[in-house]
Amino acid sequence: MQTTLPKQPVTRPAPRLVPTQPVTLTINGTPHQLQLAPWTSLLDALREYAHLTGTKKGCDHGQCGACTVLVNGKRINSCLTLAVMKEGDDIQTIEGLATGDPANPENLHPMQRAFIEHDAYQCGYCTPGQICSAVGLMNEGHAKSRSDIQELMSGNICRCGAYPHITDAIQEVMQQTPKNA
Amino acid sequence: MNSFSYSRPDNVNAAVSEISGQKQAKFIAGGTNLLDLMKENVEHPHHLIDINHLPPGFIDELPEGGLRLGALVTNADTAYHELVKKNYPLLSMAILAGASPQLRNMATNGGNLFQRTRCYYFYDTATPCNKREPGSGCGALTGYNRIHAILGTASSGDTPQCIATHPSDMCVALRALDAVVRVSGPNGERTVPIADFHRLPGDEPQRDNTIEPDELVTAIDLPQEHFNTHYTYLKLRDRASYAFALVSVAVALRLDEGGQIAEARIALGGVAHKPWRNPAAEALLTGKTAGETLFRQVAEQLLDGAQGYGNNTFKIELAKRAIVRALELAYAGSTQADDAYNQEDIL
Repeated sequence: MQTTLPKQPVTRPAPRLVPTQPVTLTINGTPHQLQLAPWTSLLDALREYAHLTGTKKGCDHGQCGACTVLVNGKRINSCLTLAVMKEGDDIQTIEGLATGDPANPENLHPMQRAFIEHDAYQCGYCTPGQICSAVGLMNEGHAKSRSDIQELMSGNICRCGAYPHITDAIQEVMQQTPKNA
Repeated sequence: MNSFSYSRPDNVNAAVSEISGQKQAKFIAGGTNLLDLMKENVEHPHHLIDINHLPPGFIDELPEGGLRLGALVTNADTAYHELVKKNYPLLSMAILAGASPQLRNMATNGGNLFQRTRCYYFYDTATPCNKREPGSGCGALTGYNRIHAILGTASSGDTPQCIATHPSDMCVALRALDAVVRVSGPNGERTVPIADFHRLPGDEPQRDNTIEPDELVTAIDLPQEHFNTHYTYLKLRDRASYAFALVSVAVALRLDEGGQIAEARIALGGVAHKPWRNPAAEALLTGKTAGETLFRQVAEQLLDGAQGYGNNTFKIELAKRAIVRALELAYAGSTQADDAYNQEDIL
C-alpha cells in the first residue's frame, strides 16, 4: 500500500499547554510536594511522581479496580480522579498498610497476612487493589454475609480467578475483627 | 486527555459566574464519568471547575416531610443514609444496583443526573454519532445495538437520530419517586421535576437534559410519599453485578387496607433516552388487586409503541416480563429479588 505524504506539513494550532502547579498530597501520612499538570490522575501521580508503584494501572477506566486506594478511609478508583482534586485529603496506598518494616510478616496488615495465608492471588497484579478494596469494605461495615462480600468486591476484577480465596481471606479477617472495632 | 486549566471556587455563585459564557468549561465533582470520557476524547473541556469545595451538601429532612439530598453527597453516602434506607428504600436499592463500591464512593448525586450514555458508538470517536457530533449519523442504528433503546426514539425524519439509553439506576428510582431537582444559574434558583430533567433525543440527541451549561444542580428533593412497604428495583443485566441494565424496573405501590392498589408508579431504565413512565399503564392498576393477567396488560401498555432495531428486539419481551415480575415482588412486599441468596449471615 502506498502512503501519500502531504507536500506541506499540516498546520494545526499549537497545543495550549497549561503550566504545571505545585500540589501537596498526603500519602500514607507523609506530605509529598509534587509539580503536576491538572490532568494528572491520582494514579499517575502516585506511580510516576511519588514513585509509589504498589498501586497498579489496569484498565485506566474505572472498570477493573487495580488502582483502588483509600482516600479518607474510603476506597476509590485512583485512575478516575485528578491528583489536584485530592489536595488536603488523607491518601492511603498498599505501601501504607503495614505498620513498620513490611519484610517482617508481623508488621503486615491483617488483610495482607490473610491474603498470603489463603493464597488469594496468582499473578498478583490485582492484589494491591483487592487488598485496599477489602480494607475499605471493612471500614464501610455493610458486608454481613459471604455473598455480601462477593457483591461488595465486584469492583475488583481478578483475571486469574482467585475469587474464592480472596473471599475466604476477607471473611476470615471480618470474623476475627470485633464488630465494634 | 486534552490539556485544560483548573479552578476551585468555594461558593455556588462563584462557580456559576465562572462557567457563564465559557462554552468549553465544565463542572467536575466525582469525575467518574467525565474523566473517563476525556480519556476517550469524547469530552474535551478547556477548563474544569472543581465544585468539591463548595459548601458540602447534606441529607436533610424538609419541613413538609420530604428529604433533600445535597448534590455533592456521594451515591454511597446517600444509599446507606438511615433516612433514605428507612423512607426511600427504593432509591437505596437502585443506587446499590449500579456501578461498584469504589465508584459509588466517588460519584455524587448531582453528577449521577448528568451521566452520559454508554452507547459504544458514542464512546468510539472513529464512528459516526449524532450525540457526539450532530449530523454525523448513528452507528448504532444499523450496527450492534444490543444495549440500545426501544422506546421514545422518534425524530422528525424517517429514521431515529439516536437510539442511546440513559445509563443511570438512581434516576429510574428518582423518576418513580417524582423527585424535584434544584438548579442554580445566572438568573437565580429554579426547580425542575425529574420528568422534565432528562429529554428524548428527537432532533437534538446531543442534548441529554434540559439544563443549561451554566446551571449547577445543588440538590434533589424527594416528596413526602415514601413508598417504603411495597416497592422493588429489578435490574436485568449480562452479569450478576457491576454492569449496566439491559432492562430495569422501579415499582412503587401504595395499597389500601383491603389490599387494593391505591397508587402505582412504574419507571423503566435501560430502554430509552430517559427513565420511562407511562401514566396510562399505571392507571390500569388503580383500585385493582394483584393478578398476572392485569400485570401483563400493564406491561403491554407500558411497552406500547416499542420498536426493536435487531440486536435489541429481545428487550421488548424482556421488559414486559420484568415488569410483571417487579409488580409481583412489590405487591407481595418481598422487595429483594434475591432474598434467599442474601440470608446466610456468617459474620
